[in-house]
Amino acid sequence: MANPLEQFQIKTLVPIQMGSVDASLTNAGLFMVITVAAISLFLSLGMRQRSLIPGRWQSMAELSYEFIAGMIRDNVGSEGRKYFPFIFSLFMFILFANLIGLIPYAFTFTSHIAVTFTMAMVVFLGVTVIAIIRHGLHFFTLFLPSGVPMVMAPVLIPIEVLSYLSRPISLSIRLFANMMAGHTMMKVFAGFIIPLGILGGWAPLGVDVALTAFEFLVAFLQAYVFTVLTCLYLNDAIHLH
Amino acid sequence: MRILKPAVTSITGLAALLAMGSTPAHAAGLPQLDVSTFPPQLIWLGLTFVVLYVTMSRIALPKISQVLEERQHRIDDNLKKAETLKEEAEAAAQAYEAALAKARSKAHQIMLETHNAIAEKAAETQGEVGTRLESQIKDAEGRILEAKNAAMAGLSAVAAEVALSACQKVSGETLSEADVSKVVSTVMEERQ
Repeated sequence: MANPLEQFQIKTLVPIQMGSVDASLTNAGLFMVITVAAISLFLSLGMRQRSLIPGRWQSMAELSYEFIAGMIRDNVGSEGRKYFPFIFSLFMFILFANLIGLIPYAFTFTSHIAVTFTMAMVVFLGVTVIAIIRHGLHFFTLFLPSGVPMVMAPVLIPIEVLSYLSRPISLSIRLFANMMAGHTMMKVFAGFIIPLGILGGWAPLGVDVALTAFEFLVAFLQAYVFTVLTCLYLNDAIHLH
Repeated sequence: MRILKPAVTSITGLAALLAMGSTPAHAAGLPQLDVSTFPPQLIWLGLTFVVLYVTMSRIALPKISQVLEERQHRIDDNLKKAETLKEEAEAAAQAYEAALAKARSKAHQIMLETHNAIAEKAAETQGEVGTRLESQIKDAEGRILEAKNAAMAGLSAVAAEVALSACQKVSGETLSEADVSKVVSTVMEERQ
């Protein structure tokens, strides 16, 4: 039986060396390029006609735009409009990476902690910088909500600081673990199909079909969760609770 | 559910992770923890995400928002146009109503005027005819009175003559005309 973790192996396709740094195009890098190309094609071809009454494809492109615009409006408010391109890019990047990763033999780069943690850190640092620029020292009131008695401060502040610092960790592990677990499960059940033969093989095949459908849901849901949490963090940064 | 579900999948993922960690198939263990693969992944992540961000913010999103705005403007314009047309139609209906009411009142007035004019003329004509008839009646009455007076004057003479000849025939006596006419006029005065 094939190792279910083999699918996560990073393989170098085009070796590139920049000084002492390895900048090779790997299968992960290739799928990042494919993802960006797919998003660009999806939007530019969808909006090619710019028709007043949208067709199906244009509707999908407009739907994705309005989905993220609505998410920012609801969770951040009008000040969030500035960050719309970033949040939209983030959502589409994760969503397309997850969905493309579901194609057999494709590589899912969101199943790598290095990628998800980097994205989470960019969000975390960006949000913290925005908060400090907007509020200066008032930013630290985030760790002590107003109206809390001072006696509670020694307990509350460490908890709040810890929960704030754990944001990028939970954000990155949630996405990475979901993608990795889903793909591993599918591979494990797929590995049973041939060994169980023509009689017993149907059961793991059925499970895999169900899992595939479930993974489509997870692919969308995780992109959504990552984006919504980014919006909530941004809201905290702009409005400080 | 949003919080619970990732937690469940995280646990299954962790279980899978632990199970695979025990198999010594790969020297590096979990491919995700192979630090040597981090630089190429992160370099390409940064590169592709920046390209995506620039493409989205410069090209794709402005295009979509332009189309959405155009559509919104078009819808607003059409609604506004419909509103003005409706107002115009209402104004036209009102003008029509007003014209109709005016025409109706004018017709009524004309009818009233005509009626009054006819009545006036009728009254005038009636008055004229009345006065003419009155004068004619007065004339006629005058004439009748004259004739009556003439007849009355002639009557005493005729009566005196009849009385004279009747006396003559009855008594065979001839009375003087003056006496007879005196008696006749006395009798006639008494009878009148």
